[in-house]
Amino acid sequence: MSTYALRRVLQTIPIVFIISILLFLMVRAAPGGPLTAARRNPNISKEQLEAIEERLGLNDPLMVQYGRWMGNMLRGEMGESIKFRRPVSEMIGERIPNTLILVGASFFVTLLFAVPIGILSARKPYSLFDYSMTTITFIGQAIPVYWLGLGLIVIFYVTLKNPFTGDPLFPVGGMNSRGQEGNLLDTLWHLVLPVSALSLGWIAWYSRFLRSSMLDVLHEDYVRTARAKGLGERLVYYRHALRNAILPLVTLIALDLPSLFAGALFVETIFSWPGMGRLFWDAAKGRDYPVLLGVVMITAVLIIVCNIIADLAYGWLDPQVKYE
Amino acid sequence: MNEALTTVREQSMTTLILRRFFKHRLAGIAVGVLAVLVLASLLAGLSPYNPTDQEPTNHFEEPNSVHWFGTDELGRDVFSRILYGGRVSLAVGLISTFLSIFLGVVVGALSGYFGGLLDATLMRITDAFLTFPTIFVLILLGAFLREQQLFILQNSIFVVIIIIAALSWMWPARLVRGLFLVLREKEFVAASRALGGSNTRLIVRHILPNCVGPILVSGTLQMASAIITESGLSYLGFGVQPPTPTWGSILSTAQSQIFRAPWLGFFPGFMIFITVMAINYIGDGLRDAFDPYVIHTEK
Repeated sequence: MSTYALRRVLQTIPIVFIISILLFLMVRAAPGGPLTAARRNPNISKEQLEAIEERLGLNDPLMVQYGRWMGNMLRGEMGESIKFRRPVSEMIGERIPNTLILVGASFFVTLLFAVPIGILSARKPYSLFDYSMTTITFIGQAIPVYWLGLGLIVIFYVTLKNPFTGDPLFPVGGMNSRGQEGNLLDTLWHLVLPVSALSLGWIAWYSRFLRSSMLDVLHEDYVRTARAKGLGERLVYYRHALRNAILPLVTLIALDLPSLFAGALFVETIFSWPGMGRLFWDAAKGRDYPVLLGVVMITAVLIIVCNIIADLAYGWLDPQVKYE
Repeated sequence: MNEALTTVREQSMTTLILRRFFKHRLAGIAVGVLAVLVLASLLAGLSPYNPTDQEPTNHFEEPNSVHWFGTDELGRDVFSRILYGGRVSLAVGLISTFLSIFLGVVVGALSGYFGGLLDATLMRITDAFLTFPTIFVLILLGAFLREQQLFILQNSIFVVIIIIAALSWMWPARLVRGLFLVLREKEFVAASRALGGSNTRLIVRHILPNCVGPILVSGTLQMASAIITESGLSYLGFGVQPPTPTWGSILSTAQSQIFRAPWLGFFPGFMIFITVMAINYIGDGLRDAFDPYVIHTEK
């Protein structure tokens, strides 16, 4: 198991390598490079500019520059924000927990709904419940997350008011109300709308997937065996069928992670959630390249790590997978 | 000729598939809906209002008989803007899908057919692209490309098409590779090779035609997600640039006016939703039509 985990980690090296090369080429090609500000400054002469270039090593061969950049990246040095004059790693570090709270909560809610819906649909396929869920999930999959977020704001913030106080029904914007920083209940309260917006599409998609995966599994011999030896329906479904039906879901979730972070970017932007997505959006408006590259690199690494976890979870769930 | 045999009608594969496709009632309706949407945006010029004409005196009009979808903060007719926006959104979706499928088929076919080192290299690259946090890279690329001096990159529609295709070819590539891995071992391929068929002939004439069904189905998924992506990018302000209207950018202005005119965001989002829904149902119908295991009883 541990050797497998190690090998799995080693396998990601070429992937990180390719991603980093692509990103590096983009930094190099970015207009003006790191000297944009200096070039615009009329007080800096051409000679001084060349001296700075020499000092920053911009005249070295590309390979050397790449090596240095990658070395910095590996040490967690991602440069300094052009706009805020702060280390990028620090800025991202502040935002990561907020994004993970949002994504984690949405993921939890997604599974909380998707798994029961998928199982119930598969237990009674073509029933009224199944048909209504099919329709709802088709709708849920087609609603763009940004439209849903906007709609939730219009309904629960702009239109509906608390009948007693006249305040909006749900808060929008930020993680906490003023003066409530660090109050967990208040954060949960602020999570309601963003999580709803982020989860609906995923609930639709995973419940559909689990339904068809369950239906496939229910035709297998071992399910018939389980029934034949007199096990109750609950045991057949939850012990025998579900465990196998959920396997492909694990792979799927791992593949979907980039999209989950993409959804988080929209939700953070719409609801002013102070996560990495929001940071990225603000940085993109100001062309703050060091921040942009840092966020892309960090998200890519997060996704790779989650992929590895999913692979290991797959092995834990499926005893047929052997690690040599 | 034998009596019994003559009763069997001859059908080409295409008519067979089409007949099976339209048996899926919702898919048939979806084709109709999509046709209406395409026609409406093609005929956008018939609308009496220009999408960029401003009438500041009657801004924020609620939907009425003159301005069907109302007017926005500058008094522009939202209905016209949505028709013109549909042109851009649909065109971007269609063209970027074609590009990404083309690229994906080339990579997948080479990878699956030749295998070996080529396969390993191409698949590592594919994996790397799959781990990209897509929307982040799209925004980064979009912002970055538009700052280049090249005149063609000043056209934001072109940039959006290119970057969406560049970050979505991996899915068809994996699909086609999988199909090629299976099909290249089949007897008909071996037979053609034995007859002296070249690699190109084997790939293009024999294996590829057998992949058409799955490719079409995945093409519909791609197009739906391309439309959502384009609208999303434009919504965030990094896609198609104003004054060109697209569903995403109309939605974006609607958000900034959410307190003045909460209904403004309904129509552009609804158009995206309806289009994606129709395309998804068409995909569903195609999947059934191409699947030999789905039993269609003649009625």
